[in-house]
Amino acid sequence: MSAVEAPFEPARRPLSGRRVRVGDRALELVTASAATAALVLVALIAWKLVAGALPSLDRFGIGFIWRVAWDPTVSKLYGAGSFLFGTAVTSLAALALAAPLALGIALYLTELAPPFLRGPVTALVETLAAVPSVVIGLWGILVLGPALRDHVEPVLHRTLGFLPLFGAPNAASSSFFTAIVVLAIMILPIVSSVSRELFLSVPRELKEGALALGTTRWEMIRGVVFPYARGGIAAALILGLGRAVGEAIAVTQVIGGGVAVHANLFATGDTLASKIAASYQGATSDLEIGSLVYLALILMAFSLLVNLSAQLIVRRISRRGPA
Amino acid sequence: MSAHGITRAAQRADRLPRRRAVNRLMEALAALSALLAIALLSLLVYSVARRGAAQLDLDLLTKGPAGAFSFTPTASGFANAFAGSLVLVVLATAMALPVGILTALYLTEFARPATRGVVSLGLDVLNGVPAIVVGIFVFGLLVVGRGQSGFAGAFALACLMLPLVARATMEVLALVPASLREASLALGVPPWRTTLGIVLPQAVGGIVTGTTLAVARVAGETAPLLFTSSLVGSGVSWNPQHALQSVPVAIFEASEQADPTLHAQAWAAATVLLAFILVTSLAARALAARSRRRIATSR
Repeated sequence: MSAVEAPFEPARRPLSGRRVRVGDRALELVTASAATAALVLVALIAWKLVAGALPSLDRFGIGFIWRVAWDPTVSKLYGAGSFLFGTAVTSLAALALAAPLALGIALYLTELAPPFLRGPVTALVETLAAVPSVVIGLWGILVLGPALRDHVEPVLHRTLGFLPLFGAPNAASSSFFTAIVVLAIMILPIVSSVSRELFLSVPRELKEGALALGTTRWEMIRGVVFPYARGGIAAALILGLGRAVGEAIAVTQVIGGGVAVHANLFATGDTLASKIAASYQGATSDLEIGSLVYLALILMAFSLLVNLSAQLIVRRISRRGPA
Repeated sequence: MSAHGITRAAQRADRLPRRRAVNRLMEALAALSALLAIALLSLLVYSVARRGAAQLDLDLLTKGPAGAFSFTPTASGFANAFAGSLVLVVLATAMALPVGILTALYLTEFARPATRGVVSLGLDVLNGVPAIVVGIFVFGLLVVGRGQSGFAGAFALACLMLPLVARATMEVLALVPASLREASLALGVPPWRTTLGIVLPQAVGGIVTGTTLAVARVAGETAPLLFTSSLVGSGVSWNPQHALQSVPVAIFEASEQADPTLHAQAWAAATVLLAFILVTSLAARALAARSRRRIATSR
């Protein structure tokens, strides 16, 4: 009797399985509630930012976004104008500086480098992304800033000084220009690693077909790799821009601070993120704190926009699938 | 455009020397940009280590900073920052790790495609929120009315870790061979025990490396802590109910001062921080590469 029953032993529990179904339901419930955490956090962030910005939202409304003012003492007027300007200038210039380098790195790693070098060089470039922003900022303010001020800014001012961009260097070692260079270094790894993956996905037949038609390697890259990866490169650049816009610490350390809209890259200023970081000890009045949260709200809205558009591009590419 | 461009290029065979020259120039530029990135990394590491090594001694790790009103500003180090960073990172990991793993399990084992899309979009958005905005958010959520605390700081760091841990876990769970799962189910093991007993243990290695990378990332984060855990005294504190100093915040504060002795300490602390982060992230990467190879060959 027992000899007959034994083979069926394992099957018995699932069949008689109320306990089993309870276990499955329980695990699904526990994991599902953990999975809502991310969504809850995103919703909480949005809510807390709007609620925290209310004093400033009530007082200044939408005009806050372009007003150039930050005066906690006399007029008590606040606005994001000059910080938006600083953010746009520094992050776009950093992207312009980093993008060609990043694409060059990605091309080198996918098309040119000898195979034994690809792994190590990729790892080194990605290690650059692991350096904490506060360490890059420390280096930026104490080493890079003085070097740029003494050796690079005077030269640019002498030769290209007729352009308002390259005005008189200031005496401190901090400036928009230092911030641009620091940001370019910081976004280089992300742009290059995303583009590298894209270039790897270009079908081999297309590349070999072009080469077989007698193109040089560069003509093949221009004619096949770039057009194929165009959307993805846009996504990589958008992600790099988002990183540059959101970076607070390193920029705070090297940009110098101040409220002004000016064309001179060698003067000081602030970005949205750096203004928030720089004010962590000073803000006392409800209105000033509310205005800082308002800045964070603008930053959050922008990063949401950046993420969604990059996602959209990536989805469209993956729908197109491996051609 | 591409096909047209190629045929045109190929027709210009008469201009071969010029085309070759352009090609060589572009190849050289690409190689140069890779070289520049490596040179930047070496320069950064070298200039931090050179300035930091001279200052590196036991005092940095064992002594607290000279208090603002101290009459003996001699003995000073970043002991409070190292202690605080340890507490903050351990707490943040304790918060983010279980939630991250469970999220990944839900997404790979249970979720319908539509739900999966929504949740993973949420993870991406969370991952894209600038660290300083997370700091302001936690300030509004936990600090206003209650004051700064180590818990608030750790929570802010956990917000940054969650998407990293979840993403890393999902990636390894996706690598677990379906045959293992099917074999377990075919033997009559209920799905929930298959998930916890068969699938999850396979992924442990990947979860460990993913978590290590996330720890290396948040250990260097300053922005989330400025508004949540930065207003501290000079004593060494292990109690997360009060604000805790941390290494990145201490470096940030020192770099904002004009005092060269503070700069010297900042370089030393930066050396320790950078060494920790580079060693852990490189080790995690090497481990990840090895386990990926192992899973690939076992299939």
